[in-house]
Amino acid sequence: MRVRVEQTALPGIGVRHDLMTESGRRLGVVSHRNGRRDLVLYDPDDPDSCQHDIPLTDDEAEALADILGASLMLGQLAGLRDQAAGLLTEQIAIPAGSRYVGRPLGDTKARTRTSASIVAVLRQGEVIVSPDPTFRFQAGDVVVVVGTRQGLDGVTAILAEADPDG
Amino acid sequence: MHETTTLLVEVGALLLLLGLLGRLSRRFGVSPIPLYLLAGLAFGHGGLLPLNASEEFFAIGAEIGVILLLVMLGLEYSANELVGNLRSAAPAGLIDAVLNALPGFAFALLLGWGWVAAVVLAGVTWVSSSGVIAKVLGDLGRVGNRETPVILSVLVIEDLAMALYLPLVTALLAGVGFVKGGIALAVAVLSVVVVLTVAIRYGHLISAALSAKDPEALLLGVLGLTLLVAGVAAKLQVSAAVGAFLVGIALSGPVAHHATELLSPLRDLFAAVFFVFFGLVTDPLDMPPVLLPAFLLAVVTMGTKLATGYLAARRAGIAEPGRWRAGFALTPRGEFSIVIAGLAVAAAYPVEPRLAALATAYVLITVVTGPMLARLPDLPWFKRWLRRRAAARRPVPVGVAD
Repeated sequence: MRVRVEQTALPGIGVRHDLMTESGRRLGVVSHRNGRRDLVLYDPDDPDSCQHDIPLTDDEAEALADILGASLMLGQLAGLRDQAAGLLTEQIAIPAGSRYVGRPLGDTKARTRTSASIVAVLRQGEVIVSPDPTFRFQAGDVVVVVGTRQGLDGVTAILAEADPDG
Repeated sequence: MHETTTLLVEVGALLLLLGLLGRLSRRFGVSPIPLYLLAGLAFGHGGLLPLNASEEFFAIGAEIGVILLLVMLGLEYSANELVGNLRSAAPAGLIDAVLNALPGFAFALLLGWGWVAAVVLAGVTWVSSSGVIAKVLGDLGRVGNRETPVILSVLVIEDLAMALYLPLVTALLAGVGFVKGGIALAVAVLSVVVVLTVAIRYGHLISAALSAKDPEALLLGVLGLTLLVAGVAAKLQVSAAVGAFLVGIALSGPVAHHATELLSPLRDLFAAVFFVFFGLVTDPLDMPPVLLPAFLLAVVTMGTKLATGYLAARRAGIAEPGRWRAGFALTPRGEFSIVIAGLAVAAAYPVEPRLAALATAYVLITVVTGPMLARLPDLPWFKRWLRRRAAARRPVPVGVAD
């Protein structure tokens, strides 16, 4: 983690975590001992004072964490493209008529055939990270694949194979 | 039989009045403590309408009130928090003690009240009101502020210091002299250290013995344990309040959390009784002569508290506005000051009789003005003043003529 998160004990109240963003704003979370938590945004002119104090319910906090976590995951995957020379990341949609709709990931034998890996599946706005071979595809899934140009093209071709019964 | 019915009428009427006063204070967003004190003054010796039948009830209720105030204070902290805070916040705590205890001490000597009263008044001016300050921080939405840990750690050190100060005062007031006072202090230090060690190492065992699942058993268990330990502590001349505080610290986890919920209503009831009782035993006729001294003392010691908060926040690397917020937030004195003055009132050898009146007036002034002062740093003119100050300090760049 490249960002420094400061943790401060609030005796009698709970714990506060806060961090400074690159844009110069400070934000934090106050976790009360009784299970309550507040998202706090600090005043840009007075970085010690919190300008907004937003109480979050358990569900709200979870939803917010999911959104932030998911966008982070995609950002990291995109970053791979720059980091590893020769390795590419691509999002490939499974065509509606694909023979793999409703069948497990293992059936594609994608890795053995192309050396490219399926590292995640995007389904209805959610990210399923590292799907195992028993993971079943649905129509509308988008798979995130990492591999060489050739490998990615190979996976695209495999997923595009039409269903012989359809 | 007649006595009992009078007692019911008096207690009932007074509690009903306190309820209305509490509601009134909430309407104006101030602490109810000053109103409870005033109610006590009105119904006490020499007041508007003296209550006679219920005095014993209020005396015992007040005793329980102090014990509950302290056990709840202890429940808020874990032993780890207290010890962890000790190292980092000790310098701030020392500044706090020197700046705020000394004025009270010197003031009592100046008035010629003798040194026992001076030690008591030093405690009265030293300790900020944790309860009032916690409420102010919540009301002003400052719990997340970066100067808040500084304020809280000053309060923690004060609370811990009280565990050593109260037994000393108790011994002095009992007229046992310096040798026995020293022994009482040694016993207190030893018991604080033992309780902290046991609480850190075996706190979960004590908490496990009192199951958090059954509310009735938990309420009776915690209340019983607290009163028992407080009583034993009082027998050892260590002050019942300290015993209760230590019980609060020793409990942790879910037991502490549930006990806090269960004891809160009881604390509210008996703490109100305590404040009323303190007013009851203070003669309002003693008040006018001490009003001016109390006002002077309040001005001086609110100034020194402001300095304490400012310096402590500066040490923690907080910017200018945050230092002022920390300083003003610490100014209210409240329950602890009254607890200390209450010890003096109940002493076997009564010290200066005007002490109770002075303490009442002093707490009335600080607890009313303190929370109002805490709002100052948020006002636009105060912020403008701070900006002008900051601008004046910065070296003015020399204009280049072209």
